[in-house]
Amino acid sequence: MSGRAAAAANRAALLRDARRERMRLFGLGTPALLLVIVLMVIPVGWLFWLSALADDGSLSAVNYLRLVALPSYRRILLATFEISAAATVLCVALGYPLAYTLSLLPERLANLCLLGVLMPFWTSILVRTYAWLVLLQRHGLVNEWGMRLGLWQRPLELVHDVTGTLIGLVHIMLPFLVLPAYGSMRAVDRECLRAAASLGAAPMQAFWRVFLPLSLPGVLAGALMVFILCLGSFVTPAMLGGGKVIMVANAIATDVQIFYNWGAASALGAVLLVLTGAILWAAARLAGSERLFGGHGG
Amino acid sequence: MIRRRTLFGSLLAASAGGLWRGARAAAPELTVVSFGGAYQEAESRALFRPGAAALGLGLKEQTYTGIAQLRLQVKSGAVTWDVVTSGSGSAAHAGAEGMLEKLDYRMINVTDFIPGTWQEFCVGGDVFSTVMAWNTATYGDRRPASWADFWDVKAFPGKRAYRNAAAGALEPALMADGVPPDQVYATLAAPGGIARAIRKIRELKPHVAVWWASGAQHAQLMKDGEVDMSTGWNGRFDAVAQDGGRVAYTFNQALLDYDAYAIPKGAPHAEAAMRFLAEISRPQYQAELAKLIPYGPTNRKTYDLGLIDPARARSLPSYPDNAVMQLPVDIGWYAKFEAEASQAYQNMLTE
Repeated sequence: MSGRAAAAANRAALLRDARRERMRLFGLGTPALLLVIVLMVIPVGWLFWLSALADDGSLSAVNYLRLVALPSYRRILLATFEISAAATVLCVALGYPLAYTLSLLPERLANLCLLGVLMPFWTSILVRTYAWLVLLQRHGLVNEWGMRLGLWQRPLELVHDVTGTLIGLVHIMLPFLVLPAYGSMRAVDRECLRAAASLGAAPMQAFWRVFLPLSLPGVLAGALMVFILCLGSFVTPAMLGGGKVIMVANAIATDVQIFYNWGAASALGAVLLVLTGAILWAAARLAGSERLFGGHGG
Repeated sequence: MIRRRTLFGSLLAASAGGLWRGARAAAPELTVVSFGGAYQEAESRALFRPGAAALGLGLKEQTYTGIAQLRLQVKSGAVTWDVVTSGSGSAAHAGAEGMLEKLDYRMINVTDFIPGTWQEFCVGGDVFSTVMAWNTATYGDRRPASWADFWDVKAFPGKRAYRNAAAGALEPALMADGVPPDQVYATLAAPGGIARAIRKIRELKPHVAVWWASGAQHAQLMKDGEVDMSTGWNGRFDAVAQDGGRVAYTFNQALLDYDAYAIPKGAPHAEAAMRFLAEISRPQYQAELAKLIPYGPTNRKTYDLGLIDPARARSLPSYPDNAVMQLPVDIGWYAKFEAEASQAYQNMLTE
C-alpha cells in the first residue's frame, strides 16, 4: 500500500515537474512572443483597420473598391507575382547546381566557398543595386566592353526594365536559396546513392529518384523565402526598373503621396498580405507543411 | 484646447531634446523642418539661422519626408513643429485639409512677390523650374526649343526620360499637343483634358527609356548619358553642367513652381513662427539663399538689391526675362485634380 502511494506521489511529482518545466520553457518564450505581438500582430491589425477607413474617418470599403475598379492595380499585383515567380525560378536554376557543387566539395573548401555566397550580405542592398546600374546602363561597363570586343554593335538594353530588375533581384536573393539548399544537401546520406547504384540505378537515375527528392525540403524552403522576399521588394524595381516595373511596394509609396492618407496604401498592403498568405497556404497543402517550412525534412 | 495642445507640444519638444530650456526660457525655441541635404543646409545658412538670430529666437532644425508626416502630428494633436518647408502643391493640399494655420499677410510683406507665389496657407521661399534638358554631345548646335521638339523624335532622335508621376508631367504634353501655355490649365480642368495629355504621353512612351522618380535620378541619367533628353528641375541640371556633364536646358515653356513655408495647425509657437516667416521673406534673406542654391527668389525686389552676381541672377528661374517665358504651376488645379490625374498616369505607366 505504501508502495502504491509512493508510486502515485512519485507520478504526481513527475507530472508537476513536467508542468513546471513546460511553464519555464514557455516563460523563456514570452519575450519573443511579446515581441511578435508588439511588432507584428498589432501593426498588421492597425494596417487592416486603416485600410477600412475613408478620408473622413468613417468605416468604408472605398479603398478596396478602388483596387477593383482601376485596372492599374490589378496589373501591378500581377506584375509583382510574375516578377517574384520569375526571380524565384531563376534563383533555383542558378542556386541548385551551385549548392550541389558545394555539397560535393570537402567541408573546409565548401565553407570557404559559402563565405563567398554570404559576402554580398555584408554590403547594403542600395550599394549592390547601384553597382548593377553602373555595370548595366547604356554607357556602363558591360556595354562598353561588349562593344569594344565587338560582341555587339549597339548598346544592349540591360537595365531600366524587367531585365535589370530580375538581374538585381536574383543577385540579392540567391544566398537565401543556396544556404538552405546546401544545408539539406549536406544532410542527405550518400549511402542512399550508393545503395541506389548497387540496385542498378545509373548516376542520373540515382540523382533524379534519390538525391533530388531528399534535397527538396531545403530547396523548397529557400524558394519560398526568395518568393516572399521578392513580393515585398521596393528598392530594386525602383532603381533598376526605370519606372516601367511597378511592384506593390512602389505603388504603396506612390499612393501615400497621391491620396494624402494611409487608407489607400494600407488596402494595397492588406491585399498583398492576404494573397501571399493564400499562396503559402496553397503551397503548404500541395507540398506538405513540414517539407515547406523545414520541420523534420521530407 | 489650443492651450493644452501648446503645452503638450512644448513639453514634447522639451523632452525630445532632453532639455528643459524650451519650457523655461523666455525666448521661444522655433522648431523648423525641411527636407535635409544640401537644400536645408542652404536654407539654414541663408534663412533659418540669421532669421532666428535677428528676432532673438531659439532655433531647432529637423528633417522630414513630407506632408504625410505632418498629418500624423496634427491628427494626434502632438504638433512639435513651428515651421515646415513644403512644395507648393503639398502645402495647398495640407491647407485645404485643415492642417495649416492661415498666414497673416499684414505681417508678411508680399507686395513685391511674383504673383501666385504665396497663398492662404503658405508663403513662397524660392522658385524652381521644371525644364527640358538635352545632351549637348548628342545634338550639337541643334537646340530643342519647345515641348513640341521634345516630342519630335524624328528631328531629335534619342532616348527620353520623363517623370514617373503626374505632377509637372501633363502640362508639357498639352503644350506639345499645340495648346498655348495660357490655355493649359483651362484645358486640363475641362472634361477630357487629362485624357488628352495622357494620350500625348502615351505617344512618347516607346521612346521613354526611364521614368524618373527623383531629382538625383534625372541628374544622374543626364550626366552618364543614359538618355539624350529629360525633363527635370533646373538646379539639378546646373549641378550636372558644373560637374562637367554635357547638358543644356531652356526656360522656354518651362513650368514655374515654388517651395514654400507654412505653419502647422497647433504649432507650439505660432505667433513667433509668423514673425519668423515675415523676416525670412525679406529680399536680403532671399538674396543670400540664391547665392547658395540655383533657385530664384520669390520676392522680385531681391533682384533690385544687386546682392546677387549679375551673371548668376540671369540664370535663375525667377529672373524677369526667364520668368516671362514660363507657365506658373496652378496650385488650385492640383488641389482639385491631382488624385484623378495620378491614377490616370499610373494606369498609363502600367499599360
